[in-house]
Amino acid sequence: MANVNLPDAILVKQYVTGDESALSVLINRYQSKIYGFIYSKIADRDVSDDIFQDTFIKVIKTLKSNSYNEEGKFLPWVMRIAHNLIVDHFRKNKKMPMFRETEEFSIFSIMSDNSPNVESQIITSQVESDLQKLIDELPADQREVLVMRMYQDLSFKEISELTGVSINTALGRMRYALMNLRKIIDKNKIILTN
Amino acid sequence: MAKLYSKKKFGAVMAPKKETIRFLLDYSKAFRLVKAGKMQFECIAN
Repeated sequence: MANVNLPDAILVKQYVTGDESALSVLINRYQSKIYGFIYSKIADRDVSDDIFQDTFIKVIKTLKSNSYNEEGKFLPWVMRIAHNLIVDHFRKNKKMPMFRETEEFSIFSIMSDNSPNVESQIITSQVESDLQKLIDELPADQREVLVMRMYQDLSFKEISELTGVSINTALGRMRYALMNLRKIIDKNKIILTN
Repeated sequence: MAKLYSKKKFGAVMAPKKETIRFLLDYSKAFRLVKAGKMQFECIAN
């Protein structure tokens, strides 16, 4: 068991030579400083824990591969690793921001459901049904052009070919169809809004 | 109301979860590097 009073450099050497307990002493010695540093930047316990863990995984790998050569500067070295991982975290988060719900912050303050609610669905279906009744009142030639244009999404060229009239006639019928619809709506004071 | 009357904890010691420390110590025990010529392999013992 490694001595808790030994300096960092000795503990690092002991760990590299196979004394696993030396790592435990090092972690216990600096966990509060390192975790506090991470938390001061991240302000999220779980993410700070992840970064703390990743920091020491890097430490373990570097020490076990004998790549560590900063004797006596263990803490600044670990802090540097933590700092780099914090920067990585913010870079990643910039691309894909993460929001966590807290007492003060509700996730629904930035999230909205754009799908229509039941009320607006009912209103939409009512408006569509009213409009259908109005369209049925139009003269057949105007109704035909309006339905082809608005409901079947055909171009005026296609409409003119299908109905056997010129494009201008099709355009004129559409214009009269819309005018007649407006007239009926105004006359009967129909409200067609969602 | 809970928000108004609940006490906020100040001055709590900043420390990672015990599970995190346990994981790291176990990981360290399980982890070893195996050299094969110029290559190095990371091994995790189950």
